[in-house]
Amino acid sequence: MAFLSEALRKKIEAYIPRYPSKQAVTLPALHLVHDELRCVPREAIKEIAAMLDLAPAQVHDTMTFYEFFREEHNPLAETRLWVCRSLACDLRGGEELLNHFCHKLGVQPGGKTKDGKITLEFAECLGACEGAPAVMINDEHRHNVTTEMADALVGELSR
Amino acid sequence: MAEFEPVLLKRIQKKADPFLDAYRADGGYSAFAKALNDMAPAQVVDLVKTSGLRGRGGAGFPCGLKWTFLPKDHPGPIYLCINADESEPCTFNNRILMEEDPHQVLEGILIACYAIKSSRAYFYLRYEYGKAYRNLQRAIDELYANNLLGKNILGKDFSCDIFLHRGAGAYICGEETGLIESLEGKRGWPRIKPPFPAIEGAFRKPTIVNNVETLACVTHIVDRGVDWFKSIGIAPDPKNPRDAGSYGPKLYCISGHVNTPCCVELPLGVTVRELVEKHGGGVWKGRKAKGAIPGGISMGIMTEAEFDTPLDFNGPGRVGCLGLGTAAVTIFDDQTTIPDVLFNITRFFAHESCGQCTPCREGTGWMWKIMDRLRRGQGRLEDLKILEDVSKSIGIMPGTTICGLADGAGWPIKNALAKFRPELESFIRTGEKSRAASLQMVGAH
Ligand SMILES: Cc1cc2nc3c(=O)[nH]c(=O)nc-3n(C[C@H](O)[C@H](O)[C@H](O)COP(=O)(O)O)c2cc1C
Ligand code: SF4
Ligand code: FES
Repeated sequence: MAFLSEALRKKIEAYIPRYPSKQAVTLPALHLVHDELRCVPREAIKEIAAMLDLAPAQVHDTMTFYEFFREEHNPLAETRLWVCRSLACDLRGGEELLNHFCHKLGVQPGGKTKDGKITLEFAECLGACEGAPAVMINDEHRHNVTTEMADALVGELSR
Repeated sequence: MAEFEPVLLKRIQKKADPFLDAYRADGGYSAFAKALNDMAPAQVVDLVKTSGLRGRGGAGFPCGLKWTFLPKDHPGPIYLCINADESEPCTFNNRILMEEDPHQVLEGILIACYAIKSSRAYFYLRYEYGKAYRNLQRAIDELYANNLLGKNILGKDFSCDIFLHRGAGAYICGEETGLIESLEGKRGWPRIKPPFPAIEGAFRKPTIVNNVETLACVTHIVDRGVDWFKSIGIAPDPKNPRDAGSYGPKLYCISGHVNTPCCVELPLGVTVRELVEKHGGGVWKGRKAKGAIPGGISMGIMTEAEFDTPLDFNGPGRVGCLGLGTAAVTIFDDQTTIPDVLFNITRFFAHESCGQCTPCREGTGWMWKIMDRLRRGQGRLEDLKILEDVSKSIGIMPGTTICGLADGAGWPIKNALAKFRPELESFIRTGEKSRAASLQMVGAH
C-alpha cells in the first residue's frame, strides 16, 4: 500500500516534465505533501525519493535545509500564523506584536495551540514592510496589525 | 524640474486591472511583438546593453553585458532564472510589480528569453508571496491560452515556457547560485564562482539570472528606446572610467519611522532626505531621524547628516555604505538605540547564514551574541574589538567566504563602529539597557 494518495502522486508526477532532472521536483513535491498533511512523514519522504530516483536521505537533506517543512512528530496546525520580526516591523512594534500573540495563544514561536487551530511562528522580513508590523496567514499578508486586530484574528482563526 | 512620470508603477497607480485584456488594451505585449517581429535576438541584447540598464537585484551588474557572457552559438538549452526571492529585509518592490502588474514582468521575461535564445524560464518565487504566485499563475495561463507562451509564439519560430517555482523561506536562495541549487532540488548552498551561471548555471547549462524589476525595465527599454532610458537618472562619472552610470527609473521602498511607508518610482539618484520628506511623509511622531538603512540591511547604515547622499549606484559608497543594494530605505528615529538596530540586523544574518563557510556561520553568530549582550547592558569594551575583527574578516572581499551574505552581515557593524562608536561605548560604560531588551519577551529565541 502506498502511503501517499493516488491524487497526490499524480500531482507530483505532473511536475516531472517541467525540469531536466527529476531531483528538481523535490521542492514542489515537499510543498504538495506538506500542504495536505501539515508535515512530511518519513514514509512520504521515501515515496518521493522513489518517484524521483533519489535516496531518501537526499530528499531529507533538502527538506531539513529549509526550516519551513515540519517532520511528522511536529505537524502544523490548521493555520500557520507568521509574525515578522525583521527591522522595518521591529521598528513599528513587531516584537511587541509577536509577544502579544505568544501570550494570547499561550505558545512560544514554533508552538501550536492546544485546540490544534494555530501554529505561531516568527518570520524574517515578509516583504510587506510598508504595512509594518505585518503578519502572514499561511501565505497571505495582513498589514498594519494592531493588538486589537491581532485579537480579532485569533478569534477568527480559532473558530 | 518637471514631475517625473512613473513607468513601472504607471498601471499600478491607476489601479488598472492586472490581467491580460486590460494589459493589452494599455499597449501591453507590443514591445515583445516589436522585438519578435522587427529585431534579431542579438539586436535586443545590444539595445539592452547600450541602454546601460544595471541589475536591480542588489549587485548592479550591467544587464546587457551579462547576457553577452553566454557562450556563442550554444546548442542549448539556455535557461533564464527570474530571481523573485526578494528576501532582503525592508524590500518589497518586486512583490508589488508581481501582484499588481504581473504581465509587465512576464513581457520582460519573454523579451529576455527571445534575446538570449532561451526557451525555458524558471521563475523562482519566495513562498511568502502567495498573492503574487496566484496572480502570476493566472497571467501565465492567459499567455498559454493566447499563443504568447508555448510553441511557435505569434506564429514565429520562437517557443517558450515559464514555470513558477516556489521557495521555502530561505534568504540565501536569493543569491543567484543558491537559487540555482535550490531550483535543482538541493539545499540552497551558493556555489564557488567561477564558473559563473552564464557559463554553467542551472542543470549545468548556461543560465542568466535576473531580478524581477530588471526584467520589467527591459519591457520599457524595448518599448520606449535607449534615449528615453538614458534621459533618466545619472550619467557615468567622467573621471571614473569604470563607472557604468545609473540610468533609468528605480523603485524605492520607504519603511520604518516615517509617516507614510510606501514604494515610489523615481529617477535613480534621489536623496534619502527627499524620500523621507517628500514621499515618506516625514519622520513619524514629529521626531527627528537618527539614521537609515540605505538599501536593505546588507548595505550598512547612514547617519542623518548623510541623508543628502544620492541613491544611485555610487552614492552610498561615498559615505562608507556597501552600495545601492535594493534601494530599500528604512528610517529610524532619534529615540531608537543603535544596539537595538544592530541586534535585529545581526540576528537576521545569524539566522540566515547557510552555514557552509565557517567564518560566516560562526562570525554571524558571534556578532549576534555580542549585540545581545550589549543591548542588555552586559557589553565589554573588548567586544567592540571583536566586532571589528569579525566584521572585517568575513566576506568575499576579504576572501574568506563563498558568497556576499557575509559581506552584507559585516557592513552594518563596520558602519556603526565608524559612525556611532560613542553611543556603543556609552552603553557599555553605563550598563544601560536598550528599550527592546527591557521588554520581557516571551519569544526570546
Ligand atoms: C545573500 C544574497 C541574497 C540575494 N538576494 C537576492 C534577491 O532576493 N533577489 C535578487 O534579485 N537578487 C538577490 N541577490 C543578488 C543575486 O545574486 C543576483 O546578483 C541578481 O539576482 C542578479 O539579477 P540582476 O542583475 O537583474 O540584479 C542576492 C545576493 C546575495 C549575496
Ligand atoms: S558566505 Fe555565508 S551564506 Fe554565503 S555561502 Fe558562505 S556560509 Fe553560506
Ligand atoms: S520587515 Fe517585516 S515585512 Fe519586511
